[in-house]
Amino acid sequence: MRKSLRRAGLLSSLPILALLALVFVAPLLVVLGFSVMPTKTFTLLQWPTLENFGTIVGQTYYKSLLWSLGLSLATVVALLLICYPLAFAMAKVFGVFTNVITVLVVLTLFVSENIRLFGWVLVFMKGGLLSGTLKAWLGLEIGSLLYNVPVTVFGLVYVYFPFMLFPLTLGISMVPDELRHAAADLGASRWTVLREIDLPLAMPGILVGCMLTFVLCTGAMLESKLLGGQKVIVMADEIETAFTYGQNWPLGSALSVVLISLIGMIAVFVLRRIDLDQILGKT
Amino acid sequence: MVIQSTQRQRLGFLLYGVAALIFLYLPLAAVTLASFSQKRYVSFPIARYTTQWYEKAFESLTISDLFWTSLTIALMVTAICMVVGFFGALAYARYSWRGRKTYQKFILLPIFFPQSVLGLALLLWVNFLGIVPSWQTAIAAHLVWIAPIATLIMAIQAYSFDPALEEAARDMGASGWQVLREITLPLLLPGVISAGLFSFLLSWGNFPLSLFTTGADLTLPEWLYAKMVSGYSPLVPAVGALTVLGVTVFLTIALTVMWLYRRGRRVARRQVGP
Repeated sequence: MRKSLRRAGLLSSLPILALLALVFVAPLLVVLGFSVMPTKTFTLLQWPTLENFGTIVGQTYYKSLLWSLGLSLATVVALLLICYPLAFAMAKVFGVFTNVITVLVVLTLFVSENIRLFGWVLVFMKGGLLSGTLKAWLGLEIGSLLYNVPVTVFGLVYVYFPFMLFPLTLGISMVPDELRHAAADLGASRWTVLREIDLPLAMPGILVGCMLTFVLCTGAMLESKLLGGQKVIVMADEIETAFTYGQNWPLGSALSVVLISLIGMIAVFVLRRIDLDQILGKT
Repeated sequence: MVIQSTQRQRLGFLLYGVAALIFLYLPLAAVTLASFSQKRYVSFPIARYTTQWYEKAFESLTISDLFWTSLTIALMVTAICMVVGFFGALAYARYSWRGRKTYQKFILLPIFFPQSVLGLALLLWVNFLGIVPSWQTAIAAHLVWIAPIATLIMAIQAYSFDPALEEAARDMGASGWQVLREITLPLLLPGVISAGLFSFLLSWGNFPLSLFTTGADLTLPEWLYAKMVSGYSPLVPAVGALTVLGVTVFLTIALTVMWLYRRGRRVARRQVGP
């Protein structure tokens, strides 16, 4: 019986593994291959070279990389502060209202990112929902709030809000109530409970949330394009430009390899530290 | 007891939750309001309201083409995700086998990759194979990201699954196929349906994965983006609001059907029971 179950596990994993091999692993290998091809060529049948990576190091691409990382870091910190109270309330305070919030938050995920960001453009632009209404009601002139770095971070916070909220909620709901009560009974302050009990025990959820949002932000480009007006050029933007306007597949591939290996390292680092059975099995 | 929340704290949390929801829905409200504005270029407060952009959107052949392309892609993605994800979820949560932990992490990996990069990678791969990109290749692109999510959703259901039921059926002489059809599938059905819903909706609204992989074909989100970036069309808010409405209607129907089904089963069980 045991043996047949083991075989069943391997067998039923085959379809998705085959699918991912075909649409995920193979394409990434091709990218890896292209990243060592001579500049501005379109086949893989050439002598490998490292000139693309040389180009990346020699030019100002490090700026885009730093912007991407900086924006992501700012977003993760902001999200953590904004989402923690709500996640705590969803896990420990709200009853039925948690389900209402969950459904309503998930619903927004199904609307294209670009429509939601376009909505913010309509809110923040000159004569938009915000400035137009303020002017009509209070006679206040504030002009456009678009096309700067803070609004880019705002867009990132908005788009990736659910990706922080749900892992945090899962994490906090893993903290046993008895432990929190016991600590409080023994005279721990709210702050001590948070620091000594909530945060350490909710850490898997916090880690997943931070990693997920950080990684998604480093690959984001719409926020800086639509809201930020390309005030800063982010990594994903450089990659797109290299592939489309630049018609330089090897350079685009090399940039992708840089971004992917960075993300991969972070993902592997965090994924090694958590037990997925524990997080998912509890729900 | 310090830890119990007081009434005032509960109220505070509640207000915070409502504020978060307003934050999430404000841009959608702005798009919807803008779609009723008569002016070609929207400005608030809206002076005159009209429904003409909706009429134009419904008449437009381009938009009906876009609609069908998006719908076909979403339906195909849903069908494939449900089948592949079902078995993937069993391997994820139900069976213990060597390599499962690694498998679990590998399945998660694509979710952490930037979608636009995944799309570009697929474009290179497709080009390498000598295939001309079209809406069919977009299906493959959507699968990279959505199939793992569907698998995860079904896996959560599979964790709460009692293996004894399958073993009992097998002990009583059911074949492997029978066990799957009569025991495993019905028990995992809620997870399968939610995974299907997620797959459909995520594919329907996806933009970054489609961007580089649809070739000459366009999906609704791609068209909207193209019009936002250059050559603004007053149809943008209307079509945007319509996709939001479509998602809401689809979800309402799906949730109602699921609720009725569950209620029906509960009634049936009560009638059968002692």
